[in-house]
Parts: sequence; structure tokens; C-alpha cells
Amino acid sequence: MSPEIGLNHYLLLGALLFVCGAVCMAIKRNAIGVLMGVELVLNGATVNFVAFARFNPTFQVEGQVFALFVIVLAAAEAAVALAIVLNFYNNHTTVDVDTAEELKG
Amino acid sequence: MELNTLLFYILAAVTGFCAVAVVITQNIVRAAAWLLFTLAGTAGIFFLLGADFVGATQLLVYVGGTLVLVVFGVMLTAQGPFVSMRVGAAEWAIALGVGLLLYGVLAVTLIQFRGPDAAQAGLAEDQLPGSVVLGQALLGDRLASPAGNVTGIPGTGYGAAAGLGAASAAPQVTVRPRERVAYLLPFEVVSVHLLVVLIGAAYLARAKRRRAPAGGLRPGEGGVSA
Repeated sequence: MSPEIGLNHYLLLGALLFVCGAVCMAIKRNAIGVLMGVELVLNGATVNFVAFARFNPTFQVEGQVFALFVIVLAAAEAAVALAIVLNFYNNHTTVDVDTAEELKG
Repeated sequence: MELNTLLFYILAAVTGFCAVAVVITQNIVRAAAWLLFTLAGTAGIFFLLGADFVGATQLLVYVGGTLVLVVFGVMLTAQGPFVSMRVGAAEWAIALGVGLLLYGVLAVTLIQFRGPDAAQAGLAEDQLPGSVVLGQALLGDRLASPAGNVTGIPGTGYGAAAGLGAASAAPQVTVRPRERVAYLLPFEVVSVHLLVVLIGAAYLARAKRRRAPAGGLRPGEGGVSA
């Protein structure tokens, strides 16, 4: 690997964030832990967007604009998900995702 | 070693280590703290990439807003002083295997991927779009990337008019005259979306009133707030 920091270095970092988020979503019992995994996945995607904006001249504005949209939508998603978690906690007095099986067929 | 290289390795190490720590910690409050450092490190990566406005937005919205929201969620749903939900050893082993496998696949694909090289395609520091350019792109006042063809409007561009075939579709540095393409509509859609999310979250998380068994509250009885 070249000593010069290129696109691939940033993409590898984004992939690491994505994998951490995916594993976090899979193994956390706490609903808020699952939400943290989603935030990590979205951050990995944002790192990729900004890295492409830096290293690809045809994408220099689009990458940053998409990154801004991802950040804003992640904030909105966190707000709604926390509202749902609070509602679930009010009804069941737990945030364990394994107990959320009322809709199971 | 160049300063940018050193900074990248420091920031990447901090971000990656904190991201792994978010996964492996059992305590949800500590996971929130590690997530804070991960997000701050990502903001540092954005500054390093020359995306000042995105980095500042990351700090303001994510670290300042979303994470505070998450910490409030942790506090409001805590049963004890230290919420921890145990994960069994077999689940850890499966998660480790799947995670390493997934990262291996991604890393091998990325190393084989020949993207634009930093030396030939990277932009100089003074060519990077600043926040003025971003604002103009969001407001529809300016074409997006001048060299870009990502919006994919066929046939009307400079390349088609000048007789350049599709074979020479490599990044053209010439400014193409084309329709005004910018991000005013997604900007408006996102703003309406935020309004909907605001109302929806307030509706979902409101304090509920317990219904009387006969259905509906009789006047004067009042509900007991849950």
C-alpha cells in the first residue's frame, strides 16, 4: 500500500465503521444499542461520500451535499426511534429487543 | 512523514478503536461515550478531507444533538445505575466471525478497486468547494460539480454536441453547458421531512392518559397520566 493517503484508506475506514455498526445492530440486546449501530453505519457511509467528494472531481459538490443529507436524516431517524423506544419502555418497562415480539406471527 | 498522513493515521486509529469499543462494551452508557469519540473522530476526518462545512455540521448535529438525544434515551429507560445486557460467548463468537468475514470481503474488494488516484485526480486545496459553493448548490443558484456528469442527463451535454463519443466519457474537465441541476428540491423535501419527524416524534413520545374502562373519559373524572 502506498505511503500516500489515498481514497482507499478512507474507504477502508468507512468499511470498518460499517462493519462495527452492523455487528452492533446484530448483537446488542438494548434497543438504544441497536440505534447506536445504525448511527455507526450511517457514519461509515458519510465517510465514503466525503472521501469520494475529495478524490473524484466529478463528485466534489455532490459528495458533500449527500453527506449533509445523511447527517440530517440520521438525526431525524434517531429522534423517531427514541420516541418509539420510550413508548415501548412505557408499555413494557424494558428496552430489551427480545421482548418486543407482540407482532410475531 | 507528512503531517496529513500522520493526522490521518491518528484520527483513523481513534475512530476505529472507539467504533470497536462501542460494539464490545456491555454498558450502554459507556457505549454512548465511545460513540461520542467515534463521531468526533469522524468529524476530524471530514476536516482532514477538506470538507469544513460537513465536519462542522457533524459536530453540531451529531455530537451536539443526536448524541445528547441518545444519552437522554439511555437515562429515561434505565432500570438501574448500570444497564448491562449480557451477550453469550457463542453469540460473541458468531458476531466476531461474521464481522471479520464482512470486513475481509470489503477490504479485499477495496484493495482491488482501482479508484481515482490521489496524485492524478485529487483536487488541490484551493479547488475544494467551500460552504459558499455548498449553499449555492443547495439553493439551486449554481450548477453542481462543473466537471460532473453524475446527474445523467443524456444527449444534451457538451460532450454529445461536440461529437465526443461515449468511449471518451472519462472525467471531462471542460465546463458543460447544461440545464440547471442543483439540490433545491431535495433540500425542501428534507425540510418537510424534518417537520413531519418533529410532529411524529412529539406524538409518539407524548404522555399518555389511561382510558377509563367504559371507553372514553367522563367529564370531571380526568385521566391518570401514565
